[in-house]
This record gives sequence, structure tokens and C-alpha cells, in this order.
Amino acid sequence: MFFEYDPVIYSRILTALTLGFHVIFATLGVGIPLMIAIAEWMGIKRNDPHYTLMARRWARGFVVLVAIGVVTGTAIGLQLSLLWPNFMQAAGHTIGLPMFMEVFAFFFEAIFLGIYLYTWDRFKSKMKHFLLIIPVVIGATSSAFFITTVNSFMNAPQGFNLVDGVLTDVSPLAAMFNPATPTKMSHVIITCYLTAAFVLGAIAAFHILKGNKHVYHKKALHLTMVTGAIFAIATAVIGDFSGKYLHEYQPEKLAAAEWHFETETEAPLILGGFLTDDGEIKYALKIPYALSILAGGSADTEVIGLNEFPEEELPPLFVHYLFDLMVFIGMYLAAVSMLYVFINRFTKWNAFSRPLLWSVIAGGPLAMLAIQSGWFFAEIGRQPWIINQVMTTAEAATTSQHVDVMLVIFAILYIILGATCITVLRRMFNKKPIEHELEERGISHTTEPIAK
Amino acid sequence: MSYEVVGITVLWLFLYGYLIVASVDFGAGFFSYYTKRTNKNHIIHNIIQRYLSPVWEVTNVFLVFFFIGIVGFFPSTAYYYGTALLIPGSIAIILLAVRGSYYAFATYGAKESKLYNFLYGATGLLIPASLTTVLTISEGGYITQENGNVQLLYGELFGSLYSWGVVVLAVVSVLFISASFLTYYASRANDEGALNLLRKYALTWSFPSIAMGIIVFSLLNKRNPEHYQNMIDIWWVFGLSFIAFAIATYLIYKRRNYGTAFIMVMIQYFTAFFGYGAAHLPYLLYPYLTIYDGFTNESMALALIIAFIAGLLLLVPSLFLLMKLFLFDADYVKGKK
Repeated sequence: MFFEYDPVIYSRILTALTLGFHVIFATLGVGIPLMIAIAEWMGIKRNDPHYTLMARRWARGFVVLVAIGVVTGTAIGLQLSLLWPNFMQAAGHTIGLPMFMEVFAFFFEAIFLGIYLYTWDRFKSKMKHFLLIIPVVIGATSSAFFITTVNSFMNAPQGFNLVDGVLTDVSPLAAMFNPATPTKMSHVIITCYLTAAFVLGAIAAFHILKGNKHVYHKKALHLTMVTGAIFAIATAVIGDFSGKYLHEYQPEKLAAAEWHFETETEAPLILGGFLTDDGEIKYALKIPYALSILAGGSADTEVIGLNEFPEEELPPLFVHYLFDLMVFIGMYLAAVSMLYVFINRFTKWNAFSRPLLWSVIAGGPLAMLAIQSGWFFAEIGRQPWIINQVMTTAEAATTSQHVDVMLVIFAILYIILGATCITVLRRMFNKKPIEHELEERGISHTTEPIAK
Repeated sequence: MSYEVVGITVLWLFLYGYLIVASVDFGAGFFSYYTKRTNKNHIIHNIIQRYLSPVWEVTNVFLVFFFIGIVGFFPSTAYYYGTALLIPGSIAIILLAVRGSYYAFATYGAKESKLYNFLYGATGLLIPASLTTVLTISEGGYITQENGNVQLLYGELFGSLYSWGVVVLAVVSVLFISASFLTYYASRANDEGALNLLRKYALTWSFPSIAMGIIVFSLLNKRNPEHYQNMIDIWWVFGLSFIAFAIATYLIYKRRNYGTAFIMVMIQYFTAFFGYGAAHLPYLLYPYLTIYDGFTNESMALALIIAFIAGLLLLVPSLFLLMKLFLFDADYVKGKK
């Protein structure tokens, strides 16, 4: 094919492809249930059928996304054993527990999602139906939690001793609650919420921009932007903690993200720019002291540079671009959502102006892009290790032939699934615009001003 | 019981759970497609949709549970099976992916589509066939290990009568289990038309399923005499299985007690499946891997068992609620809710 057959490279590409595709649906799968729950709750509290319908419509689209999330999640679960048999052998000994618990969480979610979707008109009490979404939210978020602890372990392995290549004295809880766990899992979960809020917000903004004056869309935009602003602020705070974690436990990853070569105090933060072949940084914006402050909270923190590490243990330096992209988009999302809330709440200006709507629409896909670049940064940033300082990626890969053929087949599969998913979602909502559905359910077309 | 035996029993239980719920699901997909082709779909369409829609996702979890659980309890299986099964495993993943997502597309989103329906029906029979590869190669003789390099012998796999026997057994069992469950479900709904058609399917597939069971049993003698001998030693388990089968078909034939009939089908497969599994012990992969040398460390085993018990405390009431709402609620089944 493109280059000489090497199962390690093909396994890496195939895993990246599957995870990259899965994470789109997994992120929304964790975030959207919370948004549905909030909307349904608002519907009950304010006795406003628009919010209830919002929950209903979001739930309908959500099922299609969940379906792909489930099947691609099954795919990656099996692929781990197929492509990384040596890793899974080691992982089974150390992090079998969170993997096992992740399946329980998934099980729990699956059961209640099935019930939730088919009981909309079944109970007299609306509260009863609302309670059914709670286990879905808990299940979705705790699957994210458990599986992220597995990934954290790969970054900061602990809870075992390695004697002549054999794992002994395993402590499953210590392995699960490793130093990377707190920052990683909170970052993953909060950005799932943030992304879901922006994706749903982008849809609402799109309808308003198209000239749909219905108050339903304004309510949807309002709900998503207010929650989005909260999640964005939380993301920034957790992002700061993540920087401090990296400084302490994975300095080479932080240094690679920041192109930080010399160990020094008062280290500057490098924004943008590019790295020439002879290691010179050009066109970058240097913020003095910022890296030291990010890493340790004060300008005199000494930040370890890349030169301290043997070259073969360094991750590729292009991770800087991924890191920057993630951070920029995060700040953009925070700015847009806070601006919306500010204008809407504290000023007499129109919060539904075209430029602001366009910015929200752009926020949806950008948030997804940030998720992708964040994950690619996190994963590529720990190369060459699959388990940091314990097992290299090359040692873990399968020796099997034919990974290249599988790569092609899976690529085709994901293209087809992705394309059908878009078609199905579009058809689903175009066929039933909000006005029709309101009429169908006998909800009046009130145009009362949006509650502030 | 040692941790090893607890571990394998838990996993085997979940695999059995998957065998039942997935069979109903796969068979339903096939029947749905088949009746569309023969213009009888209107008869059973509602029954199938009403059952499957709330539970299809749960079905999938049983499988994930098994393959994550086996890596947790027996990490060495990842090494042997993972390396050997790249192609059959990937094919199974692709079929599962196509099936799951197109089910959702067809049910929740798109208008009626012949293509979606075909994919959904066809994969229902191909998935069991591809998944049985695991059981087949566990008998030994299908993989080699040289210089630490595990390889699956495709010529041996595709050329052996035993492996084809297992595939046919899986497919006919899927159709039998599914039809007997749906017969019961249709009777709950008082849907005479669906009941008659599904009952006919159940009876049609009953004989091939038991016949294939016996054929595969005897083919095993050649494949793995040790395993065969162990199965002969506990012949009474398979005797029970046969009796359960006989009662099930008799009841369906006599148009009586469809619920009991389905429970008998479950017992038939439970005894056969556990008899097969127990006789296979201590091997996970003959002759390379036993449950003892592939087992995880003690603290992980204990943690997994505790997690398993805690998980069950959460799952059993939830599953019960699901069944109460969608399986045993007569109004729902009849389509009134």
C-alpha cells in the first residue's frame, strides 16, 4: 500500500481512525443526555411545553447518535484485543476493573434509555418520566469516567510492580485512581457537556438565522448558551489544573506541546507559530512567564525542557499545533457563550444578531474539532509509550498480517455510517419541523418574550 | 470454588445471556426481512418492532460484557485469541456495526428502505456464523504458535467439517430460539395472525436445531476426543437438554403454554451450553491455555468479583423494570401504550 507493511503503524492508524470516529458519538453521547435532562426539567418547572418538546426532539436525534456510538464502541472494545494483544494482556492484569465497570455503566444506561424513549406518554406524572433520564445521565457520565481512568493509567501507570517483565503486587484501585485520573476525567466529562451544548446551540442558531421566528428556537439557544457558558468556564479552570498535572508527572508532554527546549524558570508560553526543520520557532506569540504560571502557579516555577529527555523517548513535536487548536477553540467557545449571556441579560441589545448567531453556528463544529485535536494531542503526546515508561506502542501491537486490509475496510465502513447518519438526521428533522410537531401535540403557538 | 471457576462461570453466564437475547434479535431481523420478501410482513411487523425497539441496545451489552470480562479475568486470552482472530473478529465487528446502526436508522429515522432491511436481515445470520469461530478454534488444531507468533490456519478452519457444523448449528438455533420466543410474545399480544406464522417457523426450525446439535456432538469426537469424552461423562446433562427440547416442541405443536415452551427452550440451551463449557474445562484454548495459567492476579480477581456482585445489584432490578414495562405488560405488548 502506501508504505512497507508494518503492523504497528497500521494498527496505530486503524485505532486512531476508530477512536476518532467513535469519539464524535461518544462525546455527544455523554453530553446530550444532560442537556435533555435539563430541558425536560425546565419544561416541568416552568410548565412550558416548549422545553418538554425540546427534550423530546433532542432525545429522538440522540438515539441515532447513540446507535453509532454503541456499535463503534463495541468495535474499539474488540479492536483493542485484536490490534494490541500484548497491551490488553498487561491491561487485563491492572485495569480490568474499570473496563469491567464501564460495561456496567453502559448496561445501566442502555436499559434506562430504552425505557425513557418508550414511556413518554405512559406515565401520568411527568416527574416519573423525568426520573428515568437520570440513570441515563449517570450511566453515560460514569462510562466516560471509568474509561478515562483506563486512559489515565496509560499516562500515569501505578498500582503494580514490574519484576523482570512480570506484573506483581497489583492494586486495582491504585491503578484506577492514578495521578492523571482527576484532571483527565473532569476535563473529558466537562468538555463533553460543553460540546453537546454548542452542537445543540448551533442547530437552534441555524434555525433562527434562516429566519425562523419561533420562540422555541430562541429558548433552545438560550438554554444551550447559558449552560455552555458555565461549562466553558469550568473547562478553563480544569484546563489549568491539567497543565499543573502535566508539569509534575509528564513534563515531556507539556514541553512538546509548548516547544519548550531548555529547562528554565520564567518560561514563556508559545502561541501559534511553526517550527522550522532546524528547530527554530517562527511567527509565534510569546507570552512571558505564562508557561511557568500554567505549570506551577508562579513565574519562578522551573519548567523542564525537551533537551532533558533522550530523543527516542520524545513525542513528535507537531502536537503543539493540536494543543493550540484545542486551547484556542476552548477560549472561543467561552467568549461566544459568555458574550451571548452578557448581551441577553445585561444589555438592551439584540442577542440574536447575525454575527453572534454565526459565531454560535461555527461553535458547534469547532467544539467537535477541539475534542478531536485534544484527544490526538493527548494520545500522540505520550508516544512512544502505550503505557508510559512501561510498554512501548511497538511492543504492544499485534504481529498479525492483514491489518492494512482491515484498515481499508473499516475506513469504508465509517464513511458509509457517517454519511447515512447525516442523511437520516436531516430527514428526521426536516420531515417534522417544530411548527408541525407543536400543532400535532396541540401546543399553542405562543410568542411570549423569552424569559430572562 | 476457586476464583478461576467463579470467573469462567460468570463469563459463561453472560455468554449464555447473549446467546438467548441475541438469537431473538438476530432471528427477528431475519424473519422481518424474509416476510417482507414474501409479502407477509404486515402480519408480524408490529410484534417484532414492539419487542426489539426498547431492548436492542441491551442485547449488545451482553457481548461487550463477555469480551471485556474475559480480558479482565483471563488476560492471556487477549494475547492468543486477539492475535489469531484479527480477520474473523473484524468481520464480526463490521457486521455488528452495520446491523446496529441500520436498525436504528430504519426504526427511528428513515422511511422504509429495502436496503436497510436487507442489511438488517442478512447480518442477523452472518454474525452468529462469524462469532462461532471463537468456539470452534477453542477446540484446538486451528491455530499454531511458532516463535511466539500466533496464527490462525484458515485452510484448516474452512476445510473442516466440524467448523461448518458449528456454523449451521448456530444459524438454525438462532432461528429456533427466536421463533419460539416471538411465538410466545405474539400469544401475549393475542395476535392470532402473527402467532400462527411464528409458530410455524418455530416448528420448522425445531428439528434442524436438535439434529445439528447431535451431529456437531459426534463430529467433536474426531476433533477433540478429550473434550468429547468429558461430554460423554456428563451425558445426563445433554439428556436433560433433549427432554427440555421435546417438551418445548410438544407444547408449541399442541398450541399450549407458549411461555413454558420458551422457558424449556432456554433450559435446553442452558444445559447444552453449560455441559459443553464444563466439559471443555480446564482449557480456554486447547491445548495452549487453561483457566489456571491464563488467570489474572488475585487482587484483580477479587476486585472483579466484588464489582460483578455490585453491578448485578444494580442491573437485576433495572432489567426487571425493563421486562415489566415491555415484556410482561400486556397493554404494551398489544400496542395500547
